[in-house]
Amino acid sequence: MTPIPPSTAGGTEPLLRVEHLSTRFRSRGGEVTAVDDVGFELAAGEVLGLVGESGCGKSMTGYSLIDLVDPPGYVAGGSVRLHGRELRGLPPKAWRALRGDRIAMIFQDPMLTLNPVLRIDTQMVETVLAHRRVGRAEALARALDALERVGIPAATERLRSYPHQLSGGMRQRVAIAIALLNQPDLIIADEPTTALDVTIQAQILYEMQTLCREAGTGLIWITHDLSVVAGLADRVCVMYAGRIVEQGSTAQVLERPAHPYTRGLLDATPAAALARGHRRGEPLRQIPGSAPPLSALPVGCAFHPRCPRADERCMQTPPRVATAAGQEVLCWHPLPPGASLTAPAADIGARP
Amino acid sequence: MTLFLLRRLLQTAQVLFVMSLLVFVGVYAIGNPLDMLVDPQATAADTARVAAALGLDQPLWVQYWRFLGNALQGDLGTSFLHGTPALQLIVQRLPATLELAVSALLIAVLLGIPLGLWAGLRPDSFGGRTIMAGSILGFSLPTFWVGLMLIMVFSVHLGWLPSGGRGPTREFLGLEWSLLAPDGWRHLLLPALNLALFKLALMIRLTQSGTREALLQDYVRFARAKGLPPRRVVGVHVLKNIMIPVVTVAGLEFGTLIAFSVVTESIFAWPGIGKLLLDSIGQLDRPVVVAYLLLIVFIYTLISLVADLIYAALDPRVRLAGGQAA
Amino acid sequence: MTAAAAAFTPAAGGWRALARAYADSPLALAGLALLMVIVAAALAAPWIAPQDPYDLSQLDIMDSRLPPGSASADGSLHYLLGTDGQGRDMLSAILYGLRISVAVGFSATLLALALGMSLGLVAGYAGGRLDAFVMRAVDIQMSFPAILTAMILLALFGQGTDKIVIALVASQWAYYARTTRGAALVEGRREYIEAARLLGLSTPRILFRHLLPNCLPPLIVVAALQVAAAIALEATLSFLGLGLPVTEPSLGLLIANGFQYLYSGRYWMSVFPGVALLLAIVALNLVADRLREILNPRLQSQ
Repeated sequence: MTPIPPSTAGGTEPLLRVEHLSTRFRSRGGEVTAVDDVGFELAAGEVLGLVGESGCGKSMTGYSLIDLVDPPGYVAGGSVRLHGRELRGLPPKAWRALRGDRIAMIFQDPMLTLNPVLRIDTQMVETVLAHRRVGRAEALARALDALERVGIPAATERLRSYPHQLSGGMRQRVAIAIALLNQPDLIIADEPTTALDVTIQAQILYEMQTLCREAGTGLIWITHDLSVVAGLADRVCVMYAGRIVEQGSTAQVLERPAHPYTRGLLDATPAAALARGHRRGEPLRQIPGSAPPLSALPVGCAFHPRCPRADERCMQTPPRVATAAGQEVLCWHPLPPGASLTAPAADIGARP
Repeated sequence: MTLFLLRRLLQTAQVLFVMSLLVFVGVYAIGNPLDMLVDPQATAADTARVAAALGLDQPLWVQYWRFLGNALQGDLGTSFLHGTPALQLIVQRLPATLELAVSALLIAVLLGIPLGLWAGLRPDSFGGRTIMAGSILGFSLPTFWVGLMLIMVFSVHLGWLPSGGRGPTREFLGLEWSLLAPDGWRHLLLPALNLALFKLALMIRLTQSGTREALLQDYVRFARAKGLPPRRVVGVHVLKNIMIPVVTVAGLEFGTLIAFSVVTESIFAWPGIGKLLLDSIGQLDRPVVVAYLLLIVFIYTLISLVADLIYAALDPRVRLAGGQAA
Repeated sequence: MTAAAAAFTPAAGGWRALARAYADSPLALAGLALLMVIVAAALAAPWIAPQDPYDLSQLDIMDSRLPPGSASADGSLHYLLGTDGQGRDMLSAILYGLRISVAVGFSATLLALALGMSLGLVAGYAGGRLDAFVMRAVDIQMSFPAILTAMILLALFGQGTDKIVIALVASQWAYYARTTRGAALVEGRREYIEAARLLGLSTPRILFRHLLPNCLPPLIVVAALQVAAAIALEATLSFLGLGLPVTEPSLGLLIANGFQYLYSGRYWMSVFPGVALLLAIVALNLVADRLREILNPRLQSQ
């Protein structure tokens, strides 16, 4: 695969360059590939949306980037470069020095990510002390500063709280503050707003975007929700069955999707339905079938059993095609710009 | 907090009352102690005199009321055999049992938690599997059988440690301690190990499963994502979470240790209250049996209260009734 | 309960699936084989034992305290495991003792199961005051260790096979009651029970034909564990002299009798009965542990 040159930074080394990354699981029935030949780039201050259904390998991609894949899973190959420095193959100690310092990660459920029996200050101070040779008072001052930056009122009091004394949105802000503590170069956010109320979700999205822009931090936002990506990301990667099937700028992918799967995802959103003249009470269009389990992937293009454009060729591994500058698709039959899926199966129930 | 304590104390008093009734009526059926105390050749008048002196000629409910009234003043009756107050007899023997039980609990906790942690962190390793297999054995082996084996191996065969008795003690804070006497701890070691074995297996299993569960939690993954060294992830994030149930159970199990010391004390001729109970049952010394059972119930309820308090102190999510729940 | 665990109920014809899952563990299979050998030996004791250890006419005081492998004074018998203080063949004594221990353990477990299960089923199904009362009793019972309950009862009743069975039942019924009630509460809310109720089926029929089979998996696990516990507890009590009378020496009593000889190095009188007891308990625990792994939905998902 040829990496796409970043749209802004010309030929210089991007913040993050991922190539041919693959992660596998050893299981009774042999090996299962959860992340398959994944590659993308991210510039400083840029937001990348990593989109896909649950189980498509998007979270595992995030874990692979910071070497947090638990056995029986393991990163089988590929390259992850941060500022041009190869991270794959680093000893555990070097990884530990990177995690929480240069690369931070935020998880989905704020109710579960904070340790219930430790106070907020303990959980924040330890993050500073793990990476910086500063005193406790200094670490505490940084913690306070981080809490204020993510908009937590009465931060001094909150520091002495236990997680259960805070609301879900508040806890996620604390988790974000912890991620920001050491001014990382890259933050990987694994669906951090999915478990929250819609209003809080919007607030946090906006704040994260602002904070990362200001600090020049790269942000990888993992989500199943295309509408989140639309408002937040500069670039989008769409994952299906462990592979990135389409990537490009947000405008390209959302407005001129080339992969039938992306198209299907877009058609299934309420916004797309409204644009089609969808009436209340009608079911939304859906992609027929369901995502295959990673242990039993179809041969060739994993999407072909659900794809209205599939033919015999799709039984072969699809090629990577550049459809526009910076837009890439993994498909035998990419859609021409602006086309909609014209498949009877996809339209069942959508016609009056 | 105060409300909680008051409610619990009231509950304790209720349980004690019911138990005293059950135990008193029940123990009454052990047999007729007069047969043992009075010379078989004695006349009916002699027998009646002894019965009257001991209050055994009164109806059962009168005996119980008298017993209850006395009990409230700390008098649990007088031993038929020794002629001394039953409670005094037990209290004299209690330190020996407590020393044994505390030593056993310490062995179980201090060995069990590290072993369980180790097995929980490496469940598939040889060491982890060995520890867990050993803990199954610890659960399966009857205490008395292990005691026998300990005596056979360490006393009879190797001759390293004494097979029974308490040995010399040293006075400290008004109590006699085996641990403080130069030869005393050698007498204590085998019985304490014997009594500890079952709880050791329990501590290992509890810690191991707790560790495995904690390792799957998001907060552990998040702690690792923060770049914390494994020492801190395990030593603080995992341990602090699993310590809550482990310490609570360890506290609750202390009562069982005292109950089970009957077996160990009988094997190792340890002069504690368990041995006293067995002797008293055998000799139909009713007041001592009653006093023992009431004391055990009291200790039990007291321990569960203390365990609740420890639990509340350890887990920030628990606010005892009376305060506002979070 | 998960669908997988529910599939192991007899109603769903899951016994074969259970057997297949069980056979996955070689250690558990070995445990089952050992258990079958022990039970067979216990049942066949009168026929396979070299002598009747309690027929005093067969005992020769000249043969007392012989180490394992000795021949009897008249040369007619070979004492594979030695003899006790009265010249009794230890192997025979162990086989007869095993018979008593196994019989007491299984009958106590079955009785406790029947009692606890019925109480738990009724409490879980009926709810309300009855439920509260039964569960209060369970709580009190379970807050005291089994050995203490059994000791108190035996102190009251004296020795005897029937008495020790009663003591074991009294100290174990609560486990079954709580387990059954928990399962009954979960199952009782399912649609099929509601459907049975709407069909107008009688309460006993709903309880025993519909509710009970679906509460069985956890009960099987508890019962398997409790047989081992019952045998160990009986041995302990008999060892303390509180359990069975001298006329019916179970393994615990044999061990107690041999205990005094231990100090003089005559280990066989207490060690061999101890090994027999140990094998029985370990075999039962291996079987119970495997059943728990298969039938416990919580462990299954891991």
